[in-house]
Amino acid sequence: MEMPSPNAAILARKAELIAQLQRVLPDDAIISDEVETRAYECDALTAYKCPPMLAVLPRSTQEVAAVLRICHQAGVPVVPRGAGTSLAGGALPTADCVILGVARMTEVLETDYENRIIRVQTGRTNLSVSGAVEEEDFFYAPDPSSQLACAIAGNIAMNSGGAHCLKYGVTTNNLLGVTMVLMDGTVIEVGGAHLDAGGLDLLGVICGSEGQLGVVTEATLRILRKPEGARPVLIGFDSNEVAGACVSDIIKAGILPVAIEFMDRPCIEACEAFARAGYPMCEALLIVEVEGSQEEIAYQLGLITAIARRHNPVELREAGDAEEAARIWLGRKSAFGAMGQINDYMCLDGTIPVSALPQVLRRIEALSGEFGLKVANVFHAGDGNMHPLILFDANKEGDLETCEAFGAEILKLCVEVGGCLTGEHGVGIEKRDLMLHQYAADDIEAQLRVKDVFDPKWLLNPAKVFPLSTTDTRRGPSLAAQ
Amino acid sequence: MKMMTPQSEADLAECIAGASGPLWIQGGDTRGCSGSGTVLSTRGIAGVTLYEPGSLTLVVKAGTPVAEVKTLLRGENQQLAFEPMDHRVVLGTAGEPTMGGVFAANVSGPRRIQVGAARDFLLGVRFVDGRGQVLRNGGRVMKNVTGYDLVKLMAGAHGTLGVLSEVALKVLPLAETMTTLAVRNIDLASGVRALSAALGSPFDVTGAAYDPQAQTAYVRLEGFAASVAYRARELDKRLRVFGEVEELTDSASLWRDIRDVRDFAGRPGDVWRISVKPTDAVHLIPALAATRTLCDWGGGLVWALMPEGDDVRAKMTVPGHATLVRATSNTNTVSRHHPEPAPLAALSAGLRAQFDPRGVLNPGLMG
Repeated sequence: MEMPSPNAAILARKAELIAQLQRVLPDDAIISDEVETRAYECDALTAYKCPPMLAVLPRSTQEVAAVLRICHQAGVPVVPRGAGTSLAGGALPTADCVILGVARMTEVLETDYENRIIRVQTGRTNLSVSGAVEEEDFFYAPDPSSQLACAIAGNIAMNSGGAHCLKYGVTTNNLLGVTMVLMDGTVIEVGGAHLDAGGLDLLGVICGSEGQLGVVTEATLRILRKPEGARPVLIGFDSNEVAGACVSDIIKAGILPVAIEFMDRPCIEACEAFARAGYPMCEALLIVEVEGSQEEIAYQLGLITAIARRHNPVELREAGDAEEAARIWLGRKSAFGAMGQINDYMCLDGTIPVSALPQVLRRIEALSGEFGLKVANVFHAGDGNMHPLILFDANKEGDLETCEAFGAEILKLCVEVGGCLTGEHGVGIEKRDLMLHQYAADDIEAQLRVKDVFDPKWLLNPAKVFPLSTTDTRRGPSLAAQ
Repeated sequence: MKMMTPQSEADLAECIAGASGPLWIQGGDTRGCSGSGTVLSTRGIAGVTLYEPGSLTLVVKAGTPVAEVKTLLRGENQQLAFEPMDHRVVLGTAGEPTMGGVFAANVSGPRRIQVGAARDFLLGVRFVDGRGQVLRNGGRVMKNVTGYDLVKLMAGAHGTLGVLSEVALKVLPLAETMTTLAVRNIDLASGVRALSAALGSPFDVTGAAYDPQAQTAYVRLEGFAASVAYRARELDKRLRVFGEVEELTDSASLWRDIRDVRDFAGRPGDVWRISVKPTDAVHLIPALAATRTLCDWGGGLVWALMPEGDDVRAKMTVPGHATLVRATSNTNTVSRHHPEPAPLAALSAGLRAQFDPRGVLNPGLMG
């Protein structure tokens, strides 16, 4: 993975920069020691590592603004960091950058049940936002699988999703407002407790901009009342095609389940060996979950099982109680752990039109043969977001590279059938060089122009999202000007 | 006034690239706004590109009439869940609303409070920017975080960043049944509180409006018949503490009228659309001294019929923004869109300069 080489002129001024930062931050908020900065050398894409020049951990919007003002003046690149759980390398440093971590900004600023909103500092973890409103039976809907650890700041940067977004939407659909600091230190308020944007939908473009437009320090989030209950049904099929047709029929029947999860045979086998959830050995498994009162759940599950029966399932298991529900989810929820036990794995994140599912799975199987690496598929089937897990051996020379090449082919395939490179993880560095497969040069240029407006010197997370060849003239001048 | 009606995206790009002065972008011409310059209509760029009911996905060209799309969707028991309003009612205009127009103005109706706005359903766009370049962002799939979300930026940009040529959107199933609980003889403060209670319940409320003239709060439930009946029973218990509750089983026209602010139609004055924190409606409405008002979105959307020339923004005591939707000639000095705070105005102006460097697309409309 190519990253821009560090700017020697910036590295030479490290001491000067520390002195400036010490004037605006308490000592414990500045990490400059070569050992301690190691903690920030990577995120959850651990294949790539590079310790930053410095890391800072401000506690307020004002401190963030002060840091950015100094870095802006000094022409130092800044890489914002939430909890460091990005699977795409969104928080990977360069050696000449300052990591700006929001991990110490975890306060709940306001909860308002009448208006169904919560305002938090963005270092707060996703799950603890729901935790803060749990006593009133409310929750925050987007539920990325890293929700125990990941921060709202990162959720906003990557527009994170989760298993339940078929019904509740992703981060952008649940974000009402932000306090954001621009690279030059200007603090802006976008949106708020009211519902629609006044002028242009700046909030819409900020969400998912991977920390390249500004540092979001506070967020107003939509909270929802918890449903009365939820229950899944497990359905096994002897072919991927039939499972795909069943998903389509459920949706066409007017039922909107809260989640439809799909697992293929390699995935079922691995999960079963690991978690012993009692899954049937078949080609494809669906877990469909619905919400509501007991009667509403029973009614919807009745409709779903009637549709499923028309497709001759090899297994149909309705959860009668909480324990059976947990058992149905057990295997799916341990999918990643199960893979980890077999091998090293790489988790992909493309999205495809649901109708292309059987075709894509057949092609992935063929590619698996060509590259000589096994792959298992877990899939948010309702919205077409697939997570192929490619198994490889990190200790075997060349295996990582083969795995990456295989992954790239799968993502290109997603684009080919009308889908996209990333459904919920973000581009980061991982999919950066594939962007030109999805977008024409002009389409990329239009996105770069947005960054030109928010961050004219291209200092915020500059080496991410877009192929370096498309951004070098923009990243170049700002450094040369120093 | 000169008018151009390109028949394809390529034609559209040529019209914009060749423009020597301001262009006034028009969808179905239902808004009754007119600007200076040549009219550029998207009506010729119409038709359904793709419809996959099993994937809840629809792709249509921008000039496609909304009515045509609704008919198509109804055939598969599906709908535009964000319930776009029909401006012709309150504006007294003709014309035919188009899909491009709906998204360019991010037009959403009562269901917005629960399912999201038009922008939340927009999956992908093709558009021509002010340089005459054909651009594309997003796609046709529901989850997509590949690069910046220009889709959201285009929704609600009123054509100032580019002219939409094609939109891909998510559609939803049509509900089997609908019912409405009306809480009668309830004042504004209690009415908004009742709506908050309903929206804060686990019963999936899909409409929450208050009519100050009728002193009535309306709460809508939709879904499978058995489920709606159950939720209506449960909500009834919770709403009874606020006043007398009546169930209106035949309420489709009630919600259409709320959506279209039919009550203001034909009455003299200016029509304002004000977006605030829902409970702030209680403070806002008395301060307006409006001729008539109507609250939707649990109070978050306040429609106000104001005496001609009265500037609502000067009377706003709470945060939010106001859009002038229907103006008489006496009110022409007031800007349609709410002025933005300086740092946001600078960003918006910067974006317009990037996407439309010659300033030919609806110049001055948004700032």
